[in-house]
Amino acid sequence: MAILGLPEEEYFACGHRACAGCGAAIAIRLITKAAGRNSILIEPTGCIEVVSTPYPETAWRLPWIHGAFENPASIASGICAALKAMGKENEINVVAFGGDGSTYDIGFGHISGAFERGHNFTFICYDNEAYMNTGIQRSGATPYGAATTTSPAGKISIGKEIWKKNLVQILADHGSPYVATASIGYLTDAYRKIKRAIETKGPTFVNLLATCPTGWRSPTEKSIEIARLAVETGIYPLYEIIEGRHVINRPKDVSDLKPVEDYLKMQGRFRHLFRPEKNEKAINFIRERVKSNLELLIERAQKNL
Amino acid sequence: MIDFENVKLKVNDKEITIGAVLRSDGSTRKNKTGAWRSKRPVVDFERCTGCGVCWSLCPEGCIEKRSDGKFEADLDYCKGCGICANECPRKAITMVMEEK
Repeated sequence: MAILGLPEEEYFACGHRACAGCGAAIAIRLITKAAGRNSILIEPTGCIEVVSTPYPETAWRLPWIHGAFENPASIASGICAALKAMGKENEINVVAFGGDGSTYDIGFGHISGAFERGHNFTFICYDNEAYMNTGIQRSGATPYGAATTTSPAGKISIGKEIWKKNLVQILADHGSPYVATASIGYLTDAYRKIKRAIETKGPTFVNLLATCPTGWRSPTEKSIEIARLAVETGIYPLYEIIEGRHVINRPKDVSDLKPVEDYLKMQGRFRHLFRPEKNEKAINFIRERVKSNLELLIERAQKNL
Repeated sequence: MIDFENVKLKVNDKEITIGAVLRSDGSTRKNKTGAWRSKRPVVDFERCTGCGVCWSLCPEGCIEKRSDGKFEADLDYCKGCGICANECPRKAITMVMEEK
């Protein structure tokens, strides 16, 4: 049975300790539904590891392995090799997933290695844009202007002063056959992409934006609305890179964009950009950069690059 | 073959399984997270069409389909985040303050 095109089976049980309104928990429900019963899941340290398995309890109904912060891709490589030796590589999906801390920073070298070796696995990053589990420290995925405990906003600082790392492009440049961005605000689109990534042979990657009400300082009921606005404002465009060629899902055109302020205003981590007075310089920088990034993506898609 | 589930080791006076291996059976269900809640979702079943949007977006996965095809949250686990009320296309769910 399926509801809205999603399988009805739950592989991530109730009673896990995720905060109310956790976007990552929605992401994990979606990933496990897409992976299905014949899957092995690998996860590094992170929010979902902590909330799902307080020993001796576990929220998982699928085989799940916890590894150290840096090595989910290495564990996945080993599992792929073992499955190959057993002749079961086409029967079992190997799905590794981690937060942005593990994916963008600490585990990046290992992911790069696994992608270069070309193992048949899928890596999914539930991207909540900082180290939320340890108390909101900045990561390579934290966006420009966001305040975290290690990039605090003040009289001089505007929060993080570096743009988010473009990991999607980096992994596509490893020669991956399928790389995509998805958002929990567009659930069926995200489900389709994760499913496609798992079904594609070779190392594939999906970056799944997942709201964190605790770290983004946003109301718990707005989690989905914010994840949708991130796409509508062009801050987090949805696109796929299939065999090195770009396909834009949305927004399709620069003229359709909602003002970036709509997205920024909803979150406490950008509050300093509006109070005591509006920081036009920083917001203009974000607006222009968002626009030029999207124009570049659209140009690549049009030229079939 | 080692019986991972039943061979126990003693570490700091606690018994643990080898490699901390557990059965994947969703045993967190004994932890009733509903106690965290300050607001409770109340569904107007006259308005609910049973589309399932709330079910798909619940971080808990605690919204279940009733026999009449409509959806309702299991209050043993619902943490009261309010995503279902905010996203319901028919605005059939309201968040009501819990009182003791």
